[in-house]
Amino acid sequence: MNTIVDVASAEMSTGVPLSERGPAPARVVAAFGFWLFLLSDIIIFSALFAAYAVLGGQTNGGPSAIELFDKRQVVLETGCLLASSFTCGMMMIATDRREAALTYLWALVTAALGIVFLCLEFSEFARMVHQGAGPTRSAFLSAFFTLVGTHGAHVTAGIAWLTIMTAQVGTLGFRPMVIRRIVCFSLFWHALDIVWIGVFTVVYLGAYS
Amino acid sequence: MFGKLTMEAIPINQPIPLATVCVLIVGIVGILTIVTWKGWWPYLWREWITSTDHKRIGVMYVILALVMLLRGFADAIMMRAQLALAAGHAAGYLPPEHYNQIFSAHGTIMIFFVGMAFVIGLMNFVLPLQLGVRDVAFPVLNSVGFWLTAAGVLLVNVSLGVGEFARTGWLAYPPLSEVAYSPGVGVDYYLWSLQISGLGTLLSGINLTTTILKLRAPGMSYGRMPVFCWTALAANLLIIAAFPILTATFAMLLLDRYLGFHFFTNDGGGNPMMYINLIWGWGHPEVYILVLPAFGVFSEVIATFSGKPLFGYRSMVMATMAICILSFMVWLHHFFTMGAGANVNAFFGIATMIIAVPTGVKVFNWLFTMYGGSIRFTAPVHWAIGFIVTFVIGGMTGVLMAIPPADFVLHNSLFLIAHFHNVIIGGVIFGAMAGYTYWFPKAFGFKLHEGLGKAVFWCWFVGFYLAFMPLYALGLMGATRRMQHYADPAWQPLMIVALGGAVIILIGILLTVVQLVVSIRSREQRRDLTGDPWNGRTLEWSISSPPPAWNFALLPTVGGPDTFWNLKRHPAPPGTAPALVSLVIPKHSALGFFVAFFAVILGFSLIWHIWWLAIVGLLGAIAVSLRHAWQAELEDSVSVATIADHERAHQSQVARS
Repeated sequence: MNTIVDVASAEMSTGVPLSERGPAPARVVAAFGFWLFLLSDIIIFSALFAAYAVLGGQTNGGPSAIELFDKRQVVLETGCLLASSFTCGMMMIATDRREAALTYLWALVTAALGIVFLCLEFSEFARMVHQGAGPTRSAFLSAFFTLVGTHGAHVTAGIAWLTIMTAQVGTLGFRPMVIRRIVCFSLFWHALDIVWIGVFTVVYLGAYS
Repeated sequence: MFGKLTMEAIPINQPIPLATVCVLIVGIVGILTIVTWKGWWPYLWREWITSTDHKRIGVMYVILALVMLLRGFADAIMMRAQLALAAGHAAGYLPPEHYNQIFSAHGTIMIFFVGMAFVIGLMNFVLPLQLGVRDVAFPVLNSVGFWLTAAGVLLVNVSLGVGEFARTGWLAYPPLSEVAYSPGVGVDYYLWSLQISGLGTLLSGINLTTTILKLRAPGMSYGRMPVFCWTALAANLLIIAAFPILTATFAMLLLDRYLGFHFFTNDGGGNPMMYINLIWGWGHPEVYILVLPAFGVFSEVIATFSGKPLFGYRSMVMATMAICILSFMVWLHHFFTMGAGANVNAFFGIATMIIAVPTGVKVFNWLFTMYGGSIRFTAPVHWAIGFIVTFVIGGMTGVLMAIPPADFVLHNSLFLIAHFHNVIIGGVIFGAMAGYTYWFPKAFGFKLHEGLGKAVFWCWFVGFYLAFMPLYALGLMGATRRMQHYADPAWQPLMIVALGGAVIILIGILLTVVQLVVSIRSREQRRDLTGDPWNGRTLEWSISSPPPAWNFALLPTVGGPDTFWNLKRHPAPPGTAPALVSLVIPKHSALGFFVAFFAVILGFSLIWHIWWLAIVGLLGAIAVSLRHAWQAELEDSVSVATIADHERAHQSQVARS
């Protein structure tokens, strides 16, 4: 886990620059590759953010952002997701100490917070569709449902992944391969938080600008 | 039960597609019969289909590209023949609704399944060898990436016999590609096959970038990497940064088409111009994804066959990375006519011209590398010199069109068509063919027939000029692209010359096949016993041809650029090599094949709205992935005895030759 510390101390002890030290260990390679994947995922979101920025005002005579959003619900959603990042961090500490029971517990809390977030989001979507403000109503709503929905789909995938990882800890134990995957999961989960902060700012706060 | 799919999807009453499909089916059944008859299935399954060896996957990419080149070229020569005929009162032999599909398929196939497959294949094969390592960062993912690309290829070809292909041009601009104007399945074939193969490309980009940045032989700092590795790094960074834009843009168009969203529609507040901005945000970097690895190939070829280190290594690297960044700042030059205003157009026009500067640096570096060298005029050098001449002309017509007022005249004319074929054939195809000839002996252990290789070059070179120089003139005379018929008979002579050029290129393509057959049949005389047939400079030539599954018995230690060249000048004293140790290589995996199998089912059923089958495809792909996730043993170990045997055999071959 302490990649940076390891590398720095190794460089001091051997005097060989990092770039000349030969192939990196598997955990560094896996995490690095996953960072690149996250980068590409963020670019998908950037395209959707760009679309929202262009189409946000195109309400086609239908409801606009400020008429539709429920501030309190969004604050609640945000709270759940940010708290889940904290609990995900707690899970990583438990994994680092190879404590299976605590890992399961924090994974459960993380997934539960994620599910609450999704339920809140789903109820928001359902309410809007019920009000006749579904994604086909206007370009603004198409962009809104796609951007926020893509984030929601990522959270759903994250919860499925977390479930699989707890099953892997149970069946395969804390072997390096499993730990690498848990590290990647936590990177993914925190990245979703960062994207949500963008959504919160651009979509929900943006409605009041 | 079968969604929109009925018997009417089979083109019984259209003779040209029907005949093509019949020939294809006979060909495929013939190949399958031979493979079954000869009992090759177990070998193919074990050594190729489930292989996670980057060399095998690289070779499969190149084979895929060459096969699709035949398909893409068949489209091209049909268009050229149509335009040579359809002047004045003559209607030609292709009806407009078929001609539309042909030019759309030609562009889509040539860019995504010929150009991309070829350069990714070369990078896959060469990178770990040049970097002095045993495989790519994620070998199983590599196989998944390849098979997803193959899945996209399959879907595009299925559209030939079941349904139709897009009639919208290779980038499917809305509102034409929206369901209101393209209600058929053509655009859906286009979108789903590119979504699936695009995912494969993204995985490949992540994999190769990680390989270059994290897996290099000891001592190989960035400044000691071969230039091909640098250009591959730039291209793969562009894949990571650009392909997600394509995925997101296509996803939005799919939402418009399938669920009635309003991203790019005329009504509901949608904005078609947003699609065109987004798609070129991917599309312009894509051009450099294709051409940068080709630049890398030429750098290797020119340095090797001039017997000199590459002139200006550092400036070459700087130029490559400058192009990598600038390529994201010019997308608007594809639609100056959008009317963004004089200032916006001026910005993008100037940015476009600035890209010519690092490209010019590269051209001078290649020329100065050759200057004073003892050049061997092999087939790869023919391609390289042909490239320099052709690419400079293509680059200059590009700079010409970067001037917005000139572009207003030339936009969507045959002048533009001539320009981008000038850089893509002269750059990408020439580079791919140079790389194919150059690294062929490394992959298979024998050289290609040299005379036929040069004949292929001359056909492409002469054919290209005959086919496309007339299009520059026609463009200035007012001929537009995607034109199926023209009224002015004065254009016909030039159109006939262009057809003649295409026929000469056809001869070149056929000669490539002949060259392959002749070379395989006479392979015993053209064996490469030393592993270093060209007196090479970089690490891939330091090992046997073909290399063993583990590439390097001992990871080489790198002390500077041109490692192998320096090693040949100053060999290590005998007896100083460390002892061999056993090592691990990635196990074979059928994951890629099965994921792609289910991806084809998913794509096909989404195209035809067969929802239950789409769920089957999706669940199948998830199930095989989960099964893989529980595979704990992913590597096989290779014993010291096996490695030592190979090393001994190679050494005795080197000594004999």
